Amino acid sequence: MIKRALVLLFLFALGTLFVELLLNYTPDTELNQTGRYYAEHSAQDIGTANITTAIIVTYRGLDTLGEVTVLFLTAAIVGVLLGRGNHKGKSLQRKLPPSGELLTTGSYLLVPLILLLGAYVFINGHLTPGGGFQGGAIIASAILLMLLTDPLRHFSHSLIAAVESISGLFFIGIGVLGIFYAGGFLDNRLLPLGELGALFSAGVIPIIYSFIGLKVGAEFSSMLVNLSETEDT
Amino acid sequence: MITIAMVTGFILILMGLYGALTNPNILRMIVSFTIANTGVNIVLVAVGYIQGRTAPILDEAVPVAEAAARIIDPTPQALVLTAIVIGLGVTTLMLTYAYKLYEMKGTLNIAKFSELKW
Amino acid sequence: MIEIMPALTLLFAAAMIGAAFVAIRVKQISIAILAAGLVSLLASVMFLFFAAPDVAMTEAAIGSGLTTFLFFFVLGRVRGDKHD
Repeated sequence: MIKRALVLLFLFALGTLFVELLLNYTPDTELNQTGRYYAEHSAQDIGTANITTAIIVTYRGLDTLGEVTVLFLTAAIVGVLLGRGNHKGKSLQRKLPPSGELLTTGSYLLVPLILLLGAYVFINGHLTPGGGFQGGAIIASAILLMLLTDPLRHFSHSLIAAVESISGLFFIGIGVLGIFYAGGFLDNRLLPLGELGALFSAGVIPIIYSFIGLKVGAEFSSMLVNLSETEDT
Repeated sequence: MITIAMVTGFILILMGLYGALTNPNILRMIVSFTIANTGVNIVLVAVGYIQGRTAPILDEAVPVAEAAARIIDPTPQALVLTAIVIGLGVTTLMLTYAYKLYEMKGTLNIAKFSELKW
Repeated sequence: MIEIMPALTLLFAAAMIGAAFVAIRVKQISIAILAAGLVSLLASVMFLFFAAPDVAMTEAAIGSGLTTFLFFFVLGRVRGDKHD
């Protein structure tokens, strides 16, 4: 097969490239300039204990805005592509076997706890590992558990869309307020920085990360709901 | 330790690309792409690691004054965090298109999609 | 502590490569999807070894949790595929 030979040739070329990279790679023993700047300045400039959060939300907040936009576009495209098959499939509701006592009862117990954990993770994003994206994914997994318990449950698309748009609007709104009342777009010094390590510290970072968490959770949920609501053709 | 992780990451990238290029089933191609994605993330995290240092989180164990000498580079971590989230978006899009293609043709075998073949 | 970390990393690396091999070679797609999820889960433990708890959380929640279920949702819809 000539195709397989071509594939192997390509992978061999890529592999030699990787070996070359690996042989010439010397691990750092010191932080590079960027890393040292973040390590030395983020505590007093940003006020977060978790430096990764400082980079994601403030130093490179614009990247995060782009990232959230990419997720929004993905959710929108999935909704557009799968939305049409949705209506015609609504009439033939398949008869599904019940999902079992354990799953049903367990989901009543677990869904509120999972939602609580998600909220905890994104509110404490500036202190402990975690943040908006992880918290959003945890919230989406609560929605996923509800979907598994009752696959035919109808989720309100307008509620998901409302949560997503409102949190996105507040995220950008706080960013724009930063231009007028602080150092620039998405600057966190709108509110006092507070004490390092306290829950209400780091300016607006907990607020921004909470909105990111809600937005990401709504986007993942809408992807899951859209993909699970597609009916068999 | 860094070398082990980088070799693993490179092997995963190569395996994922091999799977994506040789499997005829579109769904399996997407599975292979997610494996290659994981490999790239492992290489990036390994680049930021410095032997004997700890995570970039300040607390009693890592006071602010010693931070620059105690923590690893946080920049690749922020980058990989973004990459994982975007990776899920890309995977979801690929899956959606795969489903649409299946709806149109009734198959996921790439050889059956011959409209653009030359 | 310092002696045990490289050995653990090596163990996880071997497990990941094995799982990835299963994922691209096995006949049933459902097993391939689960093996890819396993690669992600092992990768998230490896990120923890490399002092990246943020990344480890993201990979565990998104890479191995949500991605696997998205695959299964789509797999459930394309069951009728006889040509494979």
